[in-house]
Amino acid sequence: MMLTRRTFPGFAALFSFPLAWAVLLLIVPYGIMISVGFWTRQFPLFYPDFQFGNYAQIFSDPQYTTVILRTLKIALIVTVCALMLGYPLAYFLVFTVRSAALRNGLYMLVIVPLWVSYLLRTYTWKIILGTDGALNSLLVSTGIVDAPLDIFLYNQTAMVITLVYIFVPFMVMPLFTVLDNIPKRLIEASEDLGVGPFMTFWKVIFPLSLGGVIAGATMTFCLSFGDFVAPVLVGGPDGTMVANLLQTQFGAALNWPLGSALATLVLVLVLVLLQISTRLDRAGHIDLT
Amino acid sequence: MPRVLAPLKNKRKARGERMTSKPIVALADVTKTYGIFTALHAIDLNIAEGEFVTLLGPSGCGKTTTLRLIGGFEQASTGRVAIDGKDVTNSPPFHRPVNTVFQDYALFPHMSVADNIGYGLSVKSNSVPKSERTSRVSDALSMVGLEGMAHRRPGQLSGGQRQRVAMARAIVRRPRVLLLDEPLSALDVKLREGMQVELKRLHRELGITFVMVTHDQTEALALSDRIVVMNQGRIAQIGSPTDLYDNPASPYVADFIGATNLIDVETTDQDNGATTFRLGNGLHIRSNRGRSVKTGKAAIGIRPERLQTAPVEGFNALDCTVLESLFHGDRLRLELGIDGIGKPLFAELARLAASSAQDFAPGRQVTFYVDPADVLVFAGDVP
Repeated sequence: MMLTRRTFPGFAALFSFPLAWAVLLLIVPYGIMISVGFWTRQFPLFYPDFQFGNYAQIFSDPQYTTVILRTLKIALIVTVCALMLGYPLAYFLVFTVRSAALRNGLYMLVIVPLWVSYLLRTYTWKIILGTDGALNSLLVSTGIVDAPLDIFLYNQTAMVITLVYIFVPFMVMPLFTVLDNIPKRLIEASEDLGVGPFMTFWKVIFPLSLGGVIAGATMTFCLSFGDFVAPVLVGGPDGTMVANLLQTQFGAALNWPLGSALATLVLVLVLVLLQISTRLDRAGHIDLT
Repeated sequence: MPRVLAPLKNKRKARGERMTSKPIVALADVTKTYGIFTALHAIDLNIAEGEFVTLLGPSGCGKTTTLRLIGGFEQASTGRVAIDGKDVTNSPPFHRPVNTVFQDYALFPHMSVADNIGYGLSVKSNSVPKSERTSRVSDALSMVGLEGMAHRRPGQLSGGQRQRVAMARAIVRRPRVLLLDEPLSALDVKLREGMQVELKRLHRELGITFVMVTHDQTEALALSDRIVVMNQGRIAQIGSPTDLYDNPASPYVADFIGATNLIDVETTDQDNGATTFRLGNGLHIRSNRGRSVKTGKAAIGIRPERLQTAPVEGFNALDCTVLESLFHGDRLRLELGIDGIGKPLFAELARLAASSAQDFAPGRQVTFYVDPADVLVFAGDVP
């Protein structure tokens, strides 16, 4: 107790700023967001209230449910695609590349795009897929098509491609870590027991890498679910996602209560997902020592 | 009494004429290089069926590399590896009739003990019917004394228990050869001695060939039919434990197997199998080991327990000063100084002889006697 009292001023000085930061910029805004979700809108003003009309509207109006379901679908497709690309890539880096220097170099190449502006990377796909874009130039110059096609850009496929490209590093990072941590002795033991490489993968490597799969999938899914730039830049009229809907409520539609309710819903969805992911990860946790 | 897993094919484990039959493991002129480093220099090694062979040496001597070449985890740079008469030089581990007990056990952490042991029987290419698998797994479990542990995870077991699981997993597939990579090194001393007895029993009951790597010479002496002493990627000597102990081929082997007092000497006279050597101080020592050495520089070795205090006619006499005296419970270990010899000699006396420990207190003058038959002779300098 003496110690605590004596060091209290120092502790207070050390922690007051981050604590104030968290309270002012995180907790208070969350509180405001959640409470505004219960307010009533009487154009052009909002009145403090406590009613569930905004939530009722979200669940009853097909306009909103369609967008939420579409967002879930796209996030899921992006996650699966990122896993299909990221797992082999991480596996290749860990088990096929012999030289540690080369392996770390290649790993950095996968991660480095994260340091480039996210907006810029999304915009790149507009340039690649557009009517005057790189893909069309290639197709025309090789004579595969006569005139540039406008089917690549402004649709859900373009969004999926863009989001997968942007979020693949988040899939590769945890996978690389778990695969790299699997003792090579276990693979030798499996082969020693007469089991070839294919079954060794399914019986030993894959089960031991599930933690990375869960972590990568959770990150990719949550990031895609909340994405707002890709739909604007490369998504078409049917590409609206939850984040865009949200933005509209706070902008053009000027319906903050509805927007807040929608934001609260997204927050709850993501929290539930994170909770499930943590549970799964804990259930599958394996001591590798 | 646990049931025996495999029939005792090799009941006739005649210790002497073992090498007459075809070897179960044959390494012919095997070299292994990593970049510019040569781990093995043209090794030739034949291991007979049913033998317990130990590869012994300090770390970096190539013993583990040799084992990994037999297991298929490394490929020979040149030379051939054959198992059971079949060339397996380029075969992967999963096509070789051998199984390995790994140093760190390498148990699958996500599987139960039973699943670990049954793993090698469960995968398609070499699967056995489920009922047979179950019975073989439980046989293996009882063989290593782990009944009732089938459903535990490796993480819930002690080091000694994990070791037994690793052993059960390796023998359940009835390999022709069992490879053991420092199997006891991670266990504490008490447990290790118990497991030595277990290993010996398993070897006898299974009747299969054991090839073990160790850096522990007492373990090698206690367990092996033959020991392969290795040094810097080469085989220094192969022989039975008694043979290596009594007739080491080089000072290196003499020093590695047991302790030896090695002394630089000059050969002065040879006559009818008896050789006389002159020590640095002008003193002479005779050996009748019968090994002929050229006149000139040589080395002799005397085991510490061969230095005795009772005078015997015809023995070499050495006047020594006791430098240090260490009580080891069952014996007394002495550090002795001899005038004109640079380094001290070590002697070990049984407790009985040391009953009057005062006689061997530091500073005392004592004469020790050595049978000429106990003086080992090596050509050239002490390394």
